[in-house]
Amino acid sequence: MPDPVKEYMDVLDPEEFKKEVLSKYPTKVARKRAKQILINRPEGEPVQEIGANVRTIPGIITQRGCTYAGCKGVVLGPTRDIVNITHGPIGCGFYSWLTRRNQTDPSTTEDGHNFMNYCFSTDMQDENIVFGGEKKLRQAIQEAYDIFHPKAIAVFSTCPVGLIGDDVHAVTREMKEKLGINIFGFSCEGYKGVSQSAGHHIANNGIFTHVIGTDDTVKKGKYKVNLLGEYNIGGDAFEIERLFEKSGITMVSTFSGNSSIDFFANAHTADLNMIMCHRSINYVAEMMEKKYGIPWIKVNFIGAKSTAKSLRKIAQYYEDEELIARVEEVIAEEMPEVERVLEQIRPRTQGKVAMLFVGGSRAHHYQELFKEMGMIPIAAGYEFAHRDDYEGRKVLPDIKVDADSRNIEELEVHPDPVKYNPRKSPEEMEGLKKKGFEFKDYEGMMAEMPGGTLIIDDISQYETEKLIEKYKPAIFCAGIKEKFAIQKKGIPMKQLHSYDSGGPYAGFKGAINFYHEIDRMVNSKVWSYIKPPWKKNPELSARYAFVA
Amino acid sequence: MRKIAIYGKGGIGKSTTTQNIVAGLVEMGKKIMVVGCDPKADSTRLLLGGLAQRTVLDTLREEGEEVDLDDVRKKGFGGTLCVESGGPEPGVGCAGRGIITSINLLEQLGAYSAENELEYAFYDVLGDVVCGGFAMPIREGKAQEIYIVVSGEMMAMYAANNICKGIVKFAEAGGVRLGGLICNSRKVDNEEEMIKAFADKLGTQMIHFVPRDNMVQKAEINRKTVIDFAPEHPQADEYRTLARKIDGNKMHVIPKPLAIEELETLLVEYGIGA
Repeated sequence: MPDPVKEYMDVLDPEEFKKEVLSKYPTKVARKRAKQILINRPEGEPVQEIGANVRTIPGIITQRGCTYAGCKGVVLGPTRDIVNITHGPIGCGFYSWLTRRNQTDPSTTEDGHNFMNYCFSTDMQDENIVFGGEKKLRQAIQEAYDIFHPKAIAVFSTCPVGLIGDDVHAVTREMKEKLGINIFGFSCEGYKGVSQSAGHHIANNGIFTHVIGTDDTVKKGKYKVNLLGEYNIGGDAFEIERLFEKSGITMVSTFSGNSSIDFFANAHTADLNMIMCHRSINYVAEMMEKKYGIPWIKVNFIGAKSTAKSLRKIAQYYEDEELIARVEEVIAEEMPEVERVLEQIRPRTQGKVAMLFVGGSRAHHYQELFKEMGMIPIAAGYEFAHRDDYEGRKVLPDIKVDADSRNIEELEVHPDPVKYNPRKSPEEMEGLKKKGFEFKDYEGMMAEMPGGTLIIDDISQYETEKLIEKYKPAIFCAGIKEKFAIQKKGIPMKQLHSYDSGGPYAGFKGAINFYHEIDRMVNSKVWSYIKPPWKKNPELSARYAFVA
Repeated sequence: MRKIAIYGKGGIGKSTTTQNIVAGLVEMGKKIMVVGCDPKADSTRLLLGGLAQRTVLDTLREEGEEVDLDDVRKKGFGGTLCVESGGPEPGVGCAGRGIITSINLLEQLGAYSAENELEYAFYDVLGDVVCGGFAMPIREGKAQEIYIVVSGEMMAMYAANNICKGIVKFAEAGGVRLGGLICNSRKVDNEEEMIKAFADKLGTQMIHFVPRDNMVQKAEINRKTVIDFAPEHPQADEYRTLARKIDGNKMHVIPKPLAIEELETLLVEYGIGA
């Protein structure tokens, strides 16, 4: 059978593409970018080392966000009942307000609190910069408490707060004591890391230190799990929750889609941690395993096959016939509809080319959905991932910890003297491993991408344009910042951060939604009808001097 | 109007020297404004006869946008106009940003405009130039002339040399120049010769050697400049001379800061070695 990827990439040699792109950069920049642009090697060969989680070169138009965005926006943002106060000038708070389409269902917590639709900020003025902003922060916390009586308040530091040295942790400690609710702060100043990734780590540390393990109530349920790195964009978590409920699996907490601080607080009572987005949340899973003895596994609910695989993996972990049988029933119930839709759509999507440049896991996970539709991911890359997300966790010991990463606190975690309880004995874990079950098993994007495809870390606007010009993909997936520049080139663009206005795309129903959406986008004629003005009219000509 | 900034190591006597120079210039009939750029807000104490000044930043904080020039500007010795930037308590906020805010406000309020008929504006700036804010007075369009107060003590000379590095940077961008070193004597051996040699190496001059005299302390306790407190005292004449020299100074240079080894050699040659 002919290999469609090979055929495609042979015509448009990726080595040639790389050379061409790099030739336009100054020597030093080209040298650095060369490490971040790879041509994926076919399976069997050793994984190549990619440059990742390194500083973006000034002047390059990057997709990346800041540390504050990663902490406040991504990890803590989707939690509905924490009053998240941005300590800083108003812009940071305003522009991180409800931008990620995280959905939530307050009816599942008793008090029904939901503060996600509010934007809380200390709105620092020149005066607060000069004289310090601690007083205003204290007032803001008090005011938020008086109005909303929340269970918890979190404070997020923006750049100027770090510069002037406001001690947010001292203020939150003091206010926690005064008000008697959980109040904690994050030193997540925007400039702290090379990307939002640093903010994820800071958020993980904060939730672990201040929230997880503070409530020992054990939920009812035989199979209790946490789902980490699922942010309920467009209702993804609702679909996953539906499948869990159907399978008899009890969700103790998600981090942090459709979540409540109450769920975080007793997350340590679950028996299994599952990681969706490895990049943003693996720290919490690692720390919970050390402190409470909860093993973690990698799952992926993007793509129908991956969803089925992940459900089976959960059942296998519990080694419980009842659950194994139930999961098989669920898959058998859900799959026919998926197959039916795929059958209709596939002839229209088969062989079309997709590019994915987004996130720290999405560029990998969404390849599953495209593959199911017979589409070919010929180029992909992450915005802010680290080497392990590309090359797999096996390279973790070889990753050089640079000064930028050292800037982020690494918590020292020990088994809890009371609450540590290994859910599986070493023998049980060994037994499972012998059956091919993998714990902490993230293989990374590169292992699952076809050989000869392009892998580009922290892609620039220039490289994006070159990719589009040369390969003319049927669809390009990235975020809002890239959307219109790509559409301007006449290429359909799907946002995989916020899903435009669509979703859910997780689970079986989500997969069906995605098939329909992509079918609609790649087969629409709309782009071929559009003729931009510069193609319709010849270039304007003019003279500099007056001609009589 | 000549805009002059006085820099130097913390505790070297910048404020005392500045106010005594101002007093000397006032006696010569000059119209002067003094802007204190130190969060402690004690740069105009001797001219005002005490710490009665409301700072620009405090006023801005209390009055909001409705600040009037007369709220922050007080008349002191001989009609000198005195302004204090003020700033946060030690250890909080950002004093540098405070100075920027304060000087911008003074400009907006017209403190420097022609109708004030000012002949001199003095900026008395805190210690080392630790961040961008403390360089505000010598940015483009602000002070054109700098005097560094120094003594024969090594760290004072070290600080002076560092300040010169800052001046070089701003001289290229904004046109500020070094007018000279003012030696405020600490009775170090060979002090005058050493500072003269130091000035020489920097490509500038030691504009005056101010001898150490207890009268300065005495006047300060009485919240006055020496010229005001003891006009007949020889120390008052020293300040008068310094004021006259500054008034007539035509030597404005871009300094050539010394390498640290050079500075050490100088100290050995004139201080310990001599």
